[in-house]
Amino acid sequence: MQLFYHFGQYFILIYRTFSKPEKLSIFRKRIFEEINLLGIGSLGIVAIISIFMGAVITIQSSSNFESPLIPVYAVGVAVRDSMILEFSPTIVSLILAGKIGSSISSEIGTMRVTEQIDALEVMGINSAAYLIQPKIISAFFFNPILVIYSMFLGVFGGYVFGIATGVVTDYQYTLGITYMFKPYYVTYALIKTAVFAFIITSVSSYHGYYTKGGALEVGRSSTKAVVYSSVLILLFNFLLTQLLLI
Amino acid sequence: MIQINNISKSFSEKKVLDDISFTFETGKINMIIGESGSGKTTLLKCMVGLNEIDTGEVLFDGRNFFALDFNGKKEIRKEIGMLFQGGALFDSQTVEENVTFPLTMFTDLSMQEKQERANFCLKRVNLENANDLYPSELSGGMKKRVAIARSISVQPKYLFCDEPNSGLDPKTSIVIDNLIKEITEEYNIITIVITHDMNSVIEIGDNIMFIYKGKKYWEGNKRDILKTENKELCDFVYATKFMKELKSKF
Repeated sequence: MQLFYHFGQYFILIYRTFSKPEKLSIFRKRIFEEINLLGIGSLGIVAIISIFMGAVITIQSSSNFESPLIPVYAVGVAVRDSMILEFSPTIVSLILAGKIGSSISSEIGTMRVTEQIDALEVMGINSAAYLIQPKIISAFFFNPILVIYSMFLGVFGGYVFGIATGVVTDYQYTLGITYMFKPYYVTYALIKTAVFAFIITSVSSYHGYYTKGGALEVGRSSTKAVVYSSVLILLFNFLLTQLLLI
Repeated sequence: MIQINNISKSFSEKKVLDDISFTFETGKINMIIGESGSGKTTLLKCMVGLNEIDTGEVLFDGRNFFALDFNGKKEIRKEIGMLFQGGALFDSQTVEENVTFPLTMFTDLSMQEKQERANFCLKRVNLENANDLYPSELSGGMKKRVAIARSISVQPKYLFCDEPNSGLDPKTSIVIDNLIKEITEEYNIITIVITHDMNSVIEIGDNIMFIYKGKKYWEGNKRDILKTENKELCDFVYATKFMKELKSKF
């Protein structure tokens, strides 16, 4: 029964969230604030993770491709396809679920327990639309940019560490990353990322928005937001892969 | 005038408000008093629509709030100013941004006009030169004053105050009480104050309603309250030994 209750509450909140914004100029300003906070603020962590993911895939692939029948440029193919298909959209989204999910949930949760959301409602402002809608929209459009950035850095990281460790040459790696490239893989990754962005922002907002109690509950909401977002990302990763790749 | 008629509200099985009716008059400070957990804040939240009611009606100058659609409710809410217990200031905004927030959302005033209005409201609550401070840099009393400034920035017709003196020292409490009184008289608005601070009641209360265990037990003015024989109200007003001794002398 609890599951149905939460489903109902979640969809009511989403319905309220996507009503017409109070004032377009404020809405625009809020979107840019959120892009700065949730998107630009995540560039650093995404860069570090992507470069090292690319480097590790390069070294692991080369150590596993022991057969002389497998050409060395396959390392480049492995790095490119792993980054585009899975590591950049899914792993980066899981990292973002931890970073921006907990941030969203604790921000909205604190606003709830300190009556700031009530203050918005009493003023006649739709608090869900004012607080949540800009977060969802900014992540929906900016997270795919973050993922493209991650793909490039992952492939670049693989290149730098591959050359530095001597497991692959410049020519072999470049040949690998351009060999039989399927642009549809990028489309698939971007679709996944947009869905994951919606999951992260809406689920985290939901947990923050319905926080009851005090500081302890804000912390619990934040944890729940990260856990549920991560589980849903994994579930939808499977469903979208079934739908889009097979 | 705000009228509440036969308001009842339950949370799950527990009835927290039971058939409460009262009339809140214009230009006066209407107080709702009662011990902690008696249902005061729930009643206030029901009146401003933060909680749905089970039965009854809330009439804002004849307009039945709960019978209105979303836009109708929104129009009434634009006429409401509310002072929350903790101030409920927006942490990410400066004092000036907090005060101009309702103006930014609902008016097309220029930046300069909004700034002038903010300065006027902040001056009114004796809080000049605090425009650029953030709520985390303010004391409890200052937060309350900023919250009052924010409530009056849109010139409300109805002002709701939820325990405006909680957590404040007696001297600051008097400052806040006097401010509420002055604003009520100056703008001729309906002010509803929830409190369990008897100093405030005696200082600024015009009409008083006493709630006990979710029911209205008594109503009257501050002179009547000192002479009352209502047992529950006497237990509340004369809670301390000193007050009981004082009463026995008169």
